[in-house]
Amino acid sequence: MAKATEPEGTQRELTMSRAMVEAIAAEMRDDEDVFVMGEDVADYGGIFDSTEGLLDEFGRERVMDVPISETSFVGAGVGAAQAGMRPIVELMFADFFGVCMDQIYNQMAKNTYMSGGSVNVPMVLMTAVGGGYNDAAQHSQTLYGTFAHLPGMKVVVPSTARDAKGLMHTAIRDDDPVVYMFHKRLMGIGWMPAPDGPKTGVPDDDYTVPFGEADVKREGSDVTVVTLGLHVHRAMAAAESLADDGVDAEVVDLRTLVPLDAETVLESVRKTGRLVVVDEDYRSYGVTGEIVARVAETDLGALEAVERVALPDVPIPYARPLENEVLPDAGDVETAIRNAVE
Amino acid sequence: MYRDVVTARHYEERLQEEYLEGKQPKFDISAGPIPGELHLAAGHEPAAVGVCQHLTDDDTVTAPHRPHHVAIAKGVDLKRMTAEIFGRRTGLSKGKGGHMHLFDPDVNFACSGIIAQGCPPAVGAAMAAKKRNSDAVAVSYVGEGAISQGGFLESLNLASVRDLPVVFVVEDNDWAISMPKERVTDVADGSKRAQGFDLPGERVDHNDPIAVYEAAERAVGRARAGNGPTLIEVQVHRRMGHFMGDAQEYRSDEEVEKLDRLDPIPKLEARLGREGLSDERIEELREAATRRVEDAIEWAKEQPQPDPAEAYDDVFVDPPASTTAAEAGGDD
Repeated sequence: MAKATEPEGTQRELTMSRAMVEAIAAEMRDDEDVFVMGEDVADYGGIFDSTEGLLDEFGRERVMDVPISETSFVGAGVGAAQAGMRPIVELMFADFFGVCMDQIYNQMAKNTYMSGGSVNVPMVLMTAVGGGYNDAAQHSQTLYGTFAHLPGMKVVVPSTARDAKGLMHTAIRDDDPVVYMFHKRLMGIGWMPAPDGPKTGVPDDDYTVPFGEADVKREGSDVTVVTLGLHVHRAMAAAESLADDGVDAEVVDLRTLVPLDAETVLESVRKTGRLVVVDEDYRSYGVTGEIVARVAETDLGALEAVERVALPDVPIPYARPLENEVLPDAGDVETAIRNAVE
Repeated sequence: MYRDVVTARHYEERLQEEYLEGKQPKFDISAGPIPGELHLAAGHEPAAVGVCQHLTDDDTVTAPHRPHHVAIAKGVDLKRMTAEIFGRRTGLSKGKGGHMHLFDPDVNFACSGIIAQGCPPAVGAAMAAKKRNSDAVAVSYVGEGAISQGGFLESLNLASVRDLPVVFVVEDNDWAISMPKERVTDVADGSKRAQGFDLPGERVDHNDPIAVYEAAERAVGRARAGNGPTLIEVQVHRRMGHFMGDAQEYRSDEEVEKLDRLDPIPKLEARLGREGLSDERIEELREAATRRVEDAIEWAKEQPQPDPAEAYDDVFVDPPASTTAAEAGGDD
């Protein structure tokens, strides 16, 4: 498990954004080839604080604000990576990927394969995901499934500051393209209150959290809840609430979608017999279906009950009662767990 | 024109007040009566009214995510637009769109929250007008931060090669969130981009509704006469942050202090005075605009919230049989 790679030492509590920035800064100090570019990453420090403070230390040549032209700057990241640099490119919202999708899924993701492995693209594409603040259908999507579906990109989704730092170190050092998707509500920014969970102790020194290792955030014997990102905290809240009623839920945080740690999920389901998958992405053709299928095709006999909690297949509405209706919350997770154990 | 300018300004100022309710002293985006982000356009009024004066309901306008002034100038239903911004059921989009996504088909108005992505649909509206031998035109608004986008540049090209009746309006407020214009482009006069597509380009270098009106008269006239697209860049000023809650720490105090001197409204009033409009008449127009805005806000706030079950409607006009709320993962 990842924890074995973590150094001893002081563990200050950090917000997830501070933890991410700490990893980026450390890698930039170590390696001149690491640089950051994106919209409002320099003077603003990232709309969601993902690059806060980097400009002061590294200057404009290594922390580059770019014109709003996603096709060119994401594609430039691909080119710089192929030339041997290690760009970290931020696209402000996952929703904006549509503008430059070709550079992502036809260039960034496929060039290694199409070149027969003769070139590689060691870039990190980081972006904000998630709703819950009424920004409507073009600024609230999660889209884990889209990126995990298209081959050639590793896909990372941290849920805590500790994981965010270690996963960022791993992402920057990785020789493949990595899509690093952070939920806005986990970042600890002043104007968008976060739940308590993501702010955790974070070791001072560098450490990596390996890709493809899910983390059991809560052990339990009755039901396995598989989730990621913000919904780890929703699931933890549901599990704590149900513990009073004698339901003992295990919460598995996937942490990376590609590679996927199906083994940890299977082990847990073999123990509990019941599977609940929770995701903030659209329900159809997404993470929930994939996890259920992996378990079913490997060990159908282990499954006594299956429940899925995800965004119904509707664009995310603006008005609060409508958004609350479609976004899964801890209550929805609790209901699904109850249904699974009944 | 003056009426629309002061209506838009008062509207923005009132929305700001409503938006900040419950968000002070600590800004929390999920508090208060107006959901989501809010991008205000105070200081952009000349670009809206100077152009839309030449348009009818049959002409199409696509606006970006800072749309209110353009919507007001285009004649979008102010009450239903306000109800939409407050997230109410009787809003233009039944509470599903919000302030960045206002649609009023009665006056052919639409907008997008994604930078420059309203340009291609405007080209399409112009294409439809041309195919139907109508003299309708389409106008697409972008900010100067959007001029590097493929969607904008590709639209200029397509409109040009097909001689389509489109007017592209760049609102140059010098800032794309925290990015100053000089770091977006090395071409200070954005209208020169038109040359690369062999279409006319014009820059209105000062913040003057009358000058915009005159430039738009030429551009819309050219489009209606079947002579193809035009690019107009208008210098405006962003009086507020990019979105409410943006502290604008990247902007110098000197620049922010200059904004009042650059305000187009006192300048327009002085000009109207010189041309013989009495102070009383100006005051009357101001009061009428204030009343209209207050009525819209009051009406909007009385409107019902949407019913949660309505979240599942409107995904399709003709929903496949299987897409009930339950199938979609809903509760019922």
